[in-house]
Amino acid sequence: MKTPKKIKWKHFINYIVIGVFTLIFSLLSVTNSLDLLQKFLLEKIAISILLSVSLGLVVGFLGELSLGHAGFMCIGAYLGGKAASILEPILGSTLLTLTISLVIGGVSALISGLIIGLPALRLKGDYLAIVTLAFGEIVKTLFLNSSEDSFGGPTGINTPRFDNKYLFIVGFVLVLFMLFVIQNLIRSKHGRAITAIRDSEIAARATGINVVKYKLLVFALSAFFAGIAGVLYSYSNYTVQCTKFDYNYSIEILVMVVLGGMGNINGSIISALLITFLQVELASILTGNLAVLQNILYALVLILIVIYNNAPSLKGFRDKYNFKNLIKRLRKQKFDPSKEIDDEAKWDRVPTKIEMNEVLSLDIKVEESTLKPDKGDK
Amino acid sequence: MEYILSTKNLGISFGGLKACENVNMDILPNEIYGLIGPNGAGKTTLFNIITGVYQPTWGDFYLNGERLTGLKQEKICNKGIARTFQNIRLFNNMTVIRNVMVGLTNKSEYKCTFFESMFRFRRHFKVEKEMREKAKEILDIFGLLPERNNLACNLPYGMQRKLEIARALATSPKLLLLDEPAAGMNPNETMELVETIKLIKEKFNIGILLIDHDLKFVSGLCDRITVLNFGQVLAQGKVQDVLNNKDVIEAYIGRESD
Amino acid sequence: MLDFIVTFINGLSLGGIYAMIALGYTMVYGIAKMLNFAHGDIIMVSGYILIVFMGITGNIPLSILISIFFAGMFGVLMEKSAYMPLRGASPLAVLITAIGVSYLLQSVAQMIFGSAPKYVVIANLGSVNLFGLSIQLYKIITLAVTIVIMVVLSLFIKFSKTGRAMIAVSEDRGASGLMGIDSNKIISITFLIGAMLASVACTLYFLLTPNINPTFGAKPGIKAFTAAVIGGIGSIPGAMIGGIFLGIIECFSNSIPVLSPYTDAIEFLILIILLLVRPTGILGKKRKEKV
Repeated sequence: MKTPKKIKWKHFINYIVIGVFTLIFSLLSVTNSLDLLQKFLLEKIAISILLSVSLGLVVGFLGELSLGHAGFMCIGAYLGGKAASILEPILGSTLLTLTISLVIGGVSALISGLIIGLPALRLKGDYLAIVTLAFGEIVKTLFLNSSEDSFGGPTGINTPRFDNKYLFIVGFVLVLFMLFVIQNLIRSKHGRAITAIRDSEIAARATGINVVKYKLLVFALSAFFAGIAGVLYSYSNYTVQCTKFDYNYSIEILVMVVLGGMGNINGSIISALLITFLQVELASILTGNLAVLQNILYALVLILIVIYNNAPSLKGFRDKYNFKNLIKRLRKQKFDPSKEIDDEAKWDRVPTKIEMNEVLSLDIKVEESTLKPDKGDK
Repeated sequence: MEYILSTKNLGISFGGLKACENVNMDILPNEIYGLIGPNGAGKTTLFNIITGVYQPTWGDFYLNGERLTGLKQEKICNKGIARTFQNIRLFNNMTVIRNVMVGLTNKSEYKCTFFESMFRFRRHFKVEKEMREKAKEILDIFGLLPERNNLACNLPYGMQRKLEIARALATSPKLLLLDEPAAGMNPNETMELVETIKLIKEKFNIGILLIDHDLKFVSGLCDRITVLNFGQVLAQGKVQDVLNNKDVIEAYIGRESD
Repeated sequence: MLDFIVTFINGLSLGGIYAMIALGYTMVYGIAKMLNFAHGDIIMVSGYILIVFMGITGNIPLSILISIFFAGMFGVLMEKSAYMPLRGASPLAVLITAIGVSYLLQSVAQMIFGSAPKYVVIANLGSVNLFGLSIQLYKIITLAVTIVIMVVLSLFIKFSKTGRAMIAVSEDRGASGLMGIDSNKIISITFLIGAMLASVACTLYFLLTPNINPTFGAKPGIKAFTAAVIGGIGSIPGAMIGGIFLGIIECFSNSIPVLSPYTDAIEFLILIILLLVRPTGILGKKRKEKV
C-alpha cells in the first residue's frame, strides 16, 4: 500500500524564500543596479547567517554553550585566505581558487572543531563554555604572533579578490547548502539523537545513543560552516586581521542565536539578517561615541529576551501571551492530535539539562574523589 | 539452562565503602525477577553496574553467556540491556513518538549513515518511515498512540512511566531493568502497571528485572526474587520461600523481641 | 637568581590582584550557582567611579572608599535587576544574561566616557631596598592588602553568622531556606562582597597600569576567572591558590622573551589542560550526579 506523497511545504519554505531573495538580488547585481555598499551588506548577511545557524546547531540542538565560534571563523579566514593568495597565481581561475579555499578553510576549521569537541566529551555547561572561550583567545593570540611571511602577525594577510558582483551569490548558495545539510541532519534519526542528548544525556546513553560520536559530529559540522564563513569574510574584506575575531564577535553571533530562538533555524536566519542589516545601516547614522548605542541595544535585547523566556516568575504570563498561541488564535486553529508535528524540535526555554552538578560525563569519573570506585583485585 | 543475565560475585566499593558485594544472580530468559531490599541496600547501584554507569570493582556479569563487564553504557544497551530510571528521565522537549524513535536509533535494521541522512538518500526515507511505523506499534501496546504528538513533559505521571518503558523496549532488549516502576503511583495505576509488565513479558518474550519496595507488588508479579541488605544478598529464590525467610522478615520488620 | 626573585615577587603581587577578583567569581559561583561573567566589568565601573570622585573631591583616600562603597552597591543592583528574576532558571540562561550584562556595562561606559583611555595616578610610590633588592613599594602594598583581605575574609566566613549562612546556602539553598536563612539576602551579600573586593583590586591594579578604558576590566576579569577555575571554582582557598599560581606563571612567561607574546595563550592552554585532567580544578568539589 502506498500513500501519496505529501510535500511538507513548511520544510521547504526557507529554501524557497532564500532562493527567491538571492535570485532577485542576483538579477539586480547583474544589471548593475546595486551599489558597492549594498553588495557588501549582502555579503555580510550571508556570512552572519552561516555563523548563526552553525552556532545554533551547537547551542540550540546540542544544548552546549560555545563562546569560541569566532575562533573557528578565524581559522577558516586565515587558512582559506592564505590558500587563496597562494593558489590564485597558480590556478589563474578565481572561481576555482575560491572553491578550493572554501574547502580548505572549512576543513581546517572542522579539524579544530573536532579538537575542541574532545574536551566537550568530558566537560559540560559552564566549564565547556570556558574552554571554548579560551580556545578562541588562543587562536587569536597565535595568529597575532605569527611571523610576517606566514600569517602577517598583527597586520594580517591580504586575500585575492573575487568579483563582488557575484561574491554574495556564492555566499547565499553556501547558505542554501548549509541549510540543506543541517536541516536534513536535524530532521533525521541523527537529529533526534542530538536533541535527545540535549534533553537528557543520561537517558540518551541508556537508550544506546553514542554520545561521543554525536557531540563530535555537531562540533565538527558547526566549525566547518564557521570556517566557510571565515573564508567568505576574507574574500569580502580583502584582508584578514585577527583582532576582528575576538570574544565580542562570538557574543554577537550568540545574540543572533538567542534572539532567533534556540533550536529554531528560521529564527536564527531572520535575526542574523535583521541584526546585520541594522548594524550596517546604523553604522552610517551612528558615528563616533554614538556607535556604541547599537551595542547597548544588543546587550539589552539579549538580557530581556533571556529573562522573558526563562524567568520562573513570568511563566504564567508567557503561557498566556505566547507568540504561538497568538497565531493560533488568529487562525482559530485547534490542536489536531492526528497531525504529525514537524520534526524540528523548537524550544524557547533553555534546557534544564545543563546542571552545575553535571560537570562530569558519567562514563569517566562518576563520584567524588572519596567515592571513586576502588581498583579491584580481580 | 541458559541464563539471560548472570552476575558472578559482582561488587563495587566507593572509597572503601562496599555498596555491593558478592552479588550472584541468575535470571532466566523469560521471567520476571525482583530485586528488593531496604533503602540504601545497593539496588540502584547494582542496576548502574549492570547498565555500565559504574564499573564494578569485583566480579563480572554476563548476558547470554557473553561477558559485558567494562563496556560503555551505550554498548551495553546495544547488546540488549535496557533500563528505566527511578526518577523519570524522558526527552522532555520532544514529542512522545520521537522519544520512542530515539530508542530505535541504533538498531541494525534502521541503519542509515550521517551522509545518507544529510543528502537524503532513498534509504533515509525508507528508514524514517519504518521507524515511525515501529514506534507507533510500540506506543499502541502501551495505549499511548493518541498522545504521540504531545510533548513528553506534558504527559501525566503514569503515562510518563509507561513512555519510559516503551522507549526502553524500542531498543529491543533481551533484558529490561525497571527501577521502581511503581514509585509514586496510586493503587489503580499500580494495578495497571502490573498488567502492562505481564503483557510486556508475553509480547516481547524478554527477561525483566525490577526493583521495588512494595512487597505486594513484587510478590504478585515476580517469579523469583533476590533480597539485598547492606549490599549483600540476604536471600534468594522463589517469592514465597524468600518472603518467609527469617532473615528477610528481620530486615524488613525487625527482630521479634523474646 | 636576583631576577628570579624579582619576577617571583612580581608574580605574587599580580597574583594577589587576580586572587582578589577570583574570590568574587568563586563566591558567587559557590553560593548563587552562577558564573557572573560581568564581574570583570565591575572593576571597570569601580575605576570610573574612582576617577569621577577624584575629580569632585580631590581627596584620593576618600574617593577610594567611596568607589568601594558604590561598587558594592552596584554589584547588588546588578544582581537584583538581572539575575534575581532568573533564580531557579537554567544555568545556561543565567550565563547568557551575565554575558549580556557584561556587554551592556562596557557599552554604557564607552558611551559616557569614550573609548580613549584615561590616565589615572593614584599615588607615586617609590621603591624600597630589601635585602639588596630594589622592589617597588606598590607591590609590597598589594601583597600586604591581599593577605590582610584574605585572612579577614576567611575568618568572616568561618566565624560570623552571615559567613556560616553563606556556607549553608552554598551547600543546599532549599534546605537552608527551611532553616530560616533568607537565601536572597545571602546572595546579595555575596555580590556585595565580591564587588567590593573587585573594587579594591581595581585600586591596586591602577598602581600597576594607570590607564582605564571601557574594556579595562576584561583582561584582569578573564584572567581572574581563569584563576578561579584553575583553583577550583566555588572554593575560596582555590581562588587564592589559582590567582597566585596564574600571576606567577604570567610574570615568568613575560620575563622570557620567546614566550612573552604567547603569555595569554599559555595561560589558557594551562586552563584547558587542567580542566581535562582535573575537570573541577585543583580544589574544586566534584558533585555526584544521581542516576
